[in-house]
Amino acid sequence: MSVLVTDLVKLYGSQRAVDGITFSAAKGQITGFLGPNGAGKSTTMKIATCFIPPTSGSIDICGYNIENSPIEVRRMIGYLPEHNPLYLDMYVKEYLQFTGGMYGMKGNVLTNRINEMIDLCGLQVEQYKKIGALSKGYRQRTGLAQALLHDPMVLILDEPTTGLDPNQILEIRKVIKTIAEDKTVIFSTHIMQEVQALCDQVIIINKGKIVADKSISDIRNLNAASKVIRLEFTEEVHIEHFISFDFVSDTRKVSGNVYELVVTTQDDTRPVIFKECAEKGWTLIEMKVEEQSLESIFRELTSKN
Amino acid sequence: MWSIFQKEIAVFLNSLIAYLVILVFLTFIGIFMWILPESSILDYGYAEMDTLFSYGPLAFLMLIPAITMRSFAEERKDGTIELLLTKPISDWSLILGKYFSACTLTAFALVPTLLYYISVYQLGKPIGNIDSAAVFTSYIGLFLLGCVFTSVGVFASSISNNQIVSFILALLVCYLLYNGFNHLASLDLWDGSAVSLLPLGLDYQYNALSKGVVDSRNIFYFMSVISSMLISTKLVLGSRKW
Repeated sequence: MSVLVTDLVKLYGSQRAVDGITFSAAKGQITGFLGPNGAGKSTTMKIATCFIPPTSGSIDICGYNIENSPIEVRRMIGYLPEHNPLYLDMYVKEYLQFTGGMYGMKGNVLTNRINEMIDLCGLQVEQYKKIGALSKGYRQRTGLAQALLHDPMVLILDEPTTGLDPNQILEIRKVIKTIAEDKTVIFSTHIMQEVQALCDQVIIINKGKIVADKSISDIRNLNAASKVIRLEFTEEVHIEHFISFDFVSDTRKVSGNVYELVVTTQDDTRPVIFKECAEKGWTLIEMKVEEQSLESIFRELTSKN
Repeated sequence: MWSIFQKEIAVFLNSLIAYLVILVFLTFIGIFMWILPESSILDYGYAEMDTLFSYGPLAFLMLIPAITMRSFAEERKDGTIELLLTKPISDWSLILGKYFSACTLTAFALVPTLLYYISVYQLGKPIGNIDSAAVFTSYIGLFLLGCVFTSVGVFASSISNNQIVSFILALLVCYLLYNGFNHLASLDLWDGSAVSLLPLGLDYQYNALSKGVVDSRNIFYFMSVISSMLISTKLVLGSRKW
């Protein structure tokens, strides 16, 4: 395992920002770190990059412990902090040169690597500009290029796509996907589609605790396990009637004459429902199956207590 | 350390800070040395460099806190400190990189004043009638004084993320170190033991160096102030781990 987090706890005063987190991430995997704001995502990442120490527990990165060998850990990690801090007065290339210098890279190796990263992150057009003159999307790419420059084993990206427009989000995702093949990527986000589009593993954390740690296929199965069917009638009906069907686990009124049935079967139940409505003499004007999305799973898991 | 040093120097050069500092320093000293009648060498009649060495510390007092105020405060404010502290470099190489770059800028401000020395050397009668040894050690003293101010400034910058706070704090501490003990000794409190307070001040140590002899005690004094300031900076940087 290239990233191993064990019983991680971080206290800010009496507030438990991170409360006993344990997980691991393997090489070649993209791990999505999901949670509401203030759940402890950034704190965990800051601890993993040796920016702040844990109160207790430990993290091992490629076999190096964050407290015993912080310099080696930092060498292994490429890190894009939240809000992507940058030196706005520096030129893109100058900045990458400076970053490379801190990793002990120099000469032709560094120059070639900088050019590769500029190509990979799509910075060709903007490479001679000052960072301060770049748009948000290009700044994000510069931040990403900086994190990738020394070809790190582990890539930690704190909300890499926040504040970008849809096209830019897609491009950043493409870059992450390309580089993830032989690296361990951990990234945090609160955009669910992003997790579905990118990740192999999803970790949902809430109030400093892990509430779900699943592979993306498990999550998909979870999705499939229950469906919501939305029904609209022309008049008010007794929707509770459907609870007598064994595939219906719940019924609820949404608004006016719109109702929802929670259905717990893979089979298509719409014909049965339609016939039942016809038999009752209810005028059904709309019926729609809504897959239970990761979003609703997320809401369910993080709104408890 | 080298990459931090290079970056800081580049920031000084790109942001005009360096040119401005050197320009202001030379103008300030030049006016006192050659134009204003009370301190001008031309009116004074002695081939000495005392004007440079008595007004130099004042100029440094204002300029050096201005150079150093951004060093850590700006990194904290912009969040770039997180970039630096998650790179495989030690806290010391970060601090020393920043410290030495500011010292280098101070040295660069001093180099052009050698022209003043050459001028005074030529103006002497007979030519060269100047106490070169005293000038040389005074230069060492002024440079070391600049280095002390720089270490104070770097420390002041590390404890706040507001540059103005850093500047004022550095100015205050530098002044107290430079002249505070003289003021303290002038108070009528010490029953004649006031004299023993004076060596604690930078002013005393600096003047000792201007006599043409480099005493290891003076050098030791400067070095210990610089190290204690840099160690304090290290502690402040490390305090994120508490």
